[in-house]
Amino acid sequence: MPVMTYREALRSAMAEEMTRDESVVILGEDIGIYGGTHLVTDKLIDQFGPRRVIDTPIAEGGFTGAAIGMAMAGMRPIVEMMTWNFSFQAVDQIVQNAAKVRYFSGGQVTVPLVIRGPNGGGVQLSAQHTHSLENFYGHFPGLKVVSPVTPHDVKGMMIEAIRDPNPIIFLEAGALYGTKGEVPEGEFTVPFGKARVAREGTDVTLIAYGRQVNMLLKVADTLAADGVAAEVIDLRSIRPFDEQTIVESVRKTHRAVVVQEQWRWFSVGSEVAALIQEQAFDDLDAPVERVSGAEVPAPYARNLEVAAFPSEQQIVDAARRAMYRG
Amino acid sequence: MATTRNRTAKAAAEAREGDVGPAPNGAAGADLGLDAETLLRFYREMTLIRLFEEAAQRGFRQGKIGGYLHLYIGQEAVAVGFLHEYRTGDHVITAYRDHAHALLLGSTPREVMAELFGKGTGLVKGKGGSMHLFDVENGLYGGYGIVGGHIPLGVGMAYAQAYQQTGGVTQLYFGDGAIHNAAFHEAANLSGLWGRDGLNPCLFILENNQYGMGTSVERATAMTDLSAKFDSYAIEHEDVDGMDLFAVLECAKRTVARVRESGRPYAVEVQTYRLSPHGAADFLERYRSKDEIAEARKRDPINLLEARLLEADVADEATLTAIRDEVKAVVEDAVTFADESPEPPLEELATDVYADGAAS
Ligand SMILES: Cc1ncc(C[n+]2csc(CCOP(=O)(O)OP(=O)(O)O)c2C)c(N)n1
Ligand SMILES: [Mg+2]
Repeated sequence: MPVMTYREALRSAMAEEMTRDESVVILGEDIGIYGGTHLVTDKLIDQFGPRRVIDTPIAEGGFTGAAIGMAMAGMRPIVEMMTWNFSFQAVDQIVQNAAKVRYFSGGQVTVPLVIRGPNGGGVQLSAQHTHSLENFYGHFPGLKVVSPVTPHDVKGMMIEAIRDPNPIIFLEAGALYGTKGEVPEGEFTVPFGKARVAREGTDVTLIAYGRQVNMLLKVADTLAADGVAAEVIDLRSIRPFDEQTIVESVRKTHRAVVVQEQWRWFSVGSEVAALIQEQAFDDLDAPVERVSGAEVPAPYARNLEVAAFPSEQQIVDAARRAMYRG
Repeated sequence: MATTRNRTAKAAAEAREGDVGPAPNGAAGADLGLDAETLLRFYREMTLIRLFEEAAQRGFRQGKIGGYLHLYIGQEAVAVGFLHEYRTGDHVITAYRDHAHALLLGSTPREVMAELFGKGTGLVKGKGGSMHLFDVENGLYGGYGIVGGHIPLGVGMAYAQAYQQTGGVTQLYFGDGAIHNAAFHEAANLSGLWGRDGLNPCLFILENNQYGMGTSVERATAMTDLSAKFDSYAIEHEDVDGMDLFAVLECAKRTVARVRESGRPYAVEVQTYRLSPHGAADFLERYRSKDEIAEARKRDPINLLEARLLEADVADEATLTAIRDEVKAVVEDAVTFADESPEPPLEELATDVYADGAAS
């Protein structure tokens, strides 16, 4: 299988779909001539021209709203948020229009729209440029929210997203654009609402999404050295949500640790913990552990930022507590 | 923190208020009534900004500075000119290209560099970094990272100044890219409206450096006369050449006074040029040619000032070299200080999230 970076996998998904379907266009800030701040759209403008790779002014509310209009009128736009931090400027359009117009039009319109860009922190961008928004967007019925972490998944889920007739919030792991992995040749899709068992194990279930999944794989190695077989689940999709994979795993391991970069209150982890106690209460041997970001806006200084996000040690400790080995 | 300051806002403002008296030998600043000492201080300030930014860029490349880093190289005359009109009680607010504003308002090079290095001795304790410099004691209300997001804040601060009758004005800096954002249009409308009743002493300083990241003005709007956008909100405006310090000084003096006296907003579109990349990570610069940058370099504001000072006999080469050497030492000291400073203590992680106590 060919090996490519997360960035290349994403670009190839968009390029292939643009080739296949003329209604697909992409718009955003500096995605054309500049090549994209993270070079995800690099050279697409040479291939598809400025009517399909549309450089916009810095006006997230305006161009996101315009993309919603394009989608309602028969196109399939992809919006690049230079980073998801700037999507707050477009929240009114995303929440008030994209998420609901199908419902309040009695099903007369559809919004086949993908909004994509890097999400999450870890590179010292400090408070205004560091957010992990899975739960925020996951809250609104009408939106689908995904968070792929491997090059394979980012390609398959992008193709799925472009073809989906609904607005998709596509949260990329910004810190992982350069990571490599195997990606099958030709077109393939990864369905939404299906979690991935990234590593099988029998003793404790570790659950995350986005770049924290890679951290869990390392933690699983550490635990293995200690004789603990951890199962690692990559949620991949926040809404729709794969309840079954989580519940089945917990039925097997009887213990679960949920890890997320985002804040703990009202978070994805809260939902996972609630789900497990609803559906697998009798199977649990320990309370579900949650490891989350510190309840502060993201700091700049390296040492503070490291302290603000979950560490491998914190996860190992949480797993040990769940195993009563703490 | 107070111990690391080399001058307070008050002292800085007093120093500026003393800038009167005729220039010697009918020198460069004669029509502005500036003496040689003041003119050389401008040279020093512009040089300090330049060398500071160059040192920051090196720090970024060495991995000592993280996150984003936006440099002010090429735009020095803008902040030097307008902040010369800063008086105690005025407010200054800008976006993320904010190092110069802090340095000019009295933050020390040490504490600014330490902030960039993410150290506990930094201007905001290492919590904000390059994009979020604040020095409220000296009039600087930030340092914001979301394009356009700070513009309404500036208008609100100006309202507060009028409401409290402080006699202060707000200098509100923003870029050519930010003017297409809804926050600008909503805030400018408010400012025009409130200004009608003398309730908005806000000077909009539009730093048109020709690009919003990689997007030139012509590629961002069909209405490229940017300051004309203020017409929609009944805010009067003018343009100024931002590479020519004397033009900026003259404009700043008049416009700040006008805003201060009237309580009404006014806007200046400053034509300037970003000689450095957008951010330290903008290495391709596909959106502009080397020739264009070389052409702009011919009007490097520091070189222009230097030429004027020499021409008018305000200084000779030796004097200017001595100033550069002195500033170089100051910047080197700031880097050493930043490098050697301790990281912020971990307890700082959870402080400053909420303010304590009831509103007074
Ligand atoms: C709302 C928002 N969108 C996008 C960005 C990313 N971004 C940072 S600076 C910048 C360009 C801004 O240009 P301008 O206002 O002209 O200021 P300059 O950088 O030229 O000083 C962009 C697009 C951002 N910070 N905020
Ligand atoms: Mg600009």
